[in-house]
Amino acid sequence: MVALDCVMQASETDIEFVASNASLLTGETAANAAAIPADWRDFVALTKPRVMTLVVFTGLCGLLVAPGHLSPVLAFTAILCIALGAGAAGALNQWYEADRDAQMKRTADRPLPAGRMSRESALHFGVGLSFFSVLLMGVATNWVAAAILALSILFYLFVYTIWLKPRTAQNIVIGGAAGAFPPLIGWAAVTGSVAPLPIALFALIFFWTPPHFWSLALFVRMDYANAGIPMLPIVAGEAATRRQILLYTGIMAAAALAPVALGLTGLVYAAVALIGTGIFAAMALQVALHDEVDPARMGPEKRLFKYSVLYLFLMFAAVVADHWVMVR
Amino acid sequence: MTPEEEKLIRARQRSRSIVTALILGALVVLFFGITIAKMSGS
Repeated sequence: MVALDCVMQASETDIEFVASNASLLTGETAANAAAIPADWRDFVALTKPRVMTLVVFTGLCGLLVAPGHLSPVLAFTAILCIALGAGAAGALNQWYEADRDAQMKRTADRPLPAGRMSRESALHFGVGLSFFSVLLMGVATNWVAAAILALSILFYLFVYTIWLKPRTAQNIVIGGAAGAFPPLIGWAAVTGSVAPLPIALFALIFFWTPPHFWSLALFVRMDYANAGIPMLPIVAGEAATRRQILLYTGIMAAAALAPVALGLTGLVYAAVALIGTGIFAAMALQVALHDEVDPARMGPEKRLFKYSVLYLFLMFAAVVADHWVMVR
Repeated sequence: MTPEEEKLIRARQRSRSIVTALILGALVVLFFGITIAKMSGS
């Protein structure tokens, strides 16, 4: 979910770098939010629906490649629970970060900073949805999948949102684990356990997160700076961020090719992984060699960010395609 | 509270009630499906 925050941001890469004048949660807006009940659409917005896309997709892929059989109704329920769990985590994230969101142009219009919903409503909604998604997953599939889902929600809220994000530039490196859980959950929903392949998929998302997020952070750094979030380009500088992007791309490439080396996947995945990762590495190298401070001229950075989203979709689609080819 | 605000509150309450009813209906169908799937599997 951490990494996948950026899917939502993909269509917003033309963010303007303006000093924040967004309204904080003033007494007036808070009172307004308390007096007038929030629209149901605001509850939907609280779940960050666009972030769910990649969460649901990677969870579905984990479920599809798992050995065994799960009835279509239970498989649908498992994916629904992953989506609801991600939504709950998103709601709790927005509840905790309402003041910070008010300072960023990109997030100032969310239901809480805009004063369309009370914080209490958001908290109740997030907690309720968390319990519901975990319990439904446990009842419909198994409690291993439910436990990993619970872990991912708790990790996103407590480890990433509350602990790491405001404190360290390494926030998304460790916090990225929260977004890497869906394939494990999908796999566990079918098998009731975890295995090397879903762990490799977890590792792929985990190591994909830093280059994905930092390429974004390079060209929206002022937005993060205004909100006081210690993203790497602000704390360590642009040159260090570019080097780190290349370094993590190398580790990500190893994670991407690990299933091939371990014999967990076949030729289809191997071909897509080699070509896709090669393009990723070339783009990361271009970013590493680029020396530009003006966000408007950060073409390679924006291209890497957009490609990284496509790359993850392609890699997971390849795992599923590969599985079907091998089964037949 | 102005008449406009009261009207807005009523409209919000109505739309939230409708959405809640739809979600509850969907959950009834889902739980029925889960029950049948579980019973068929065991």
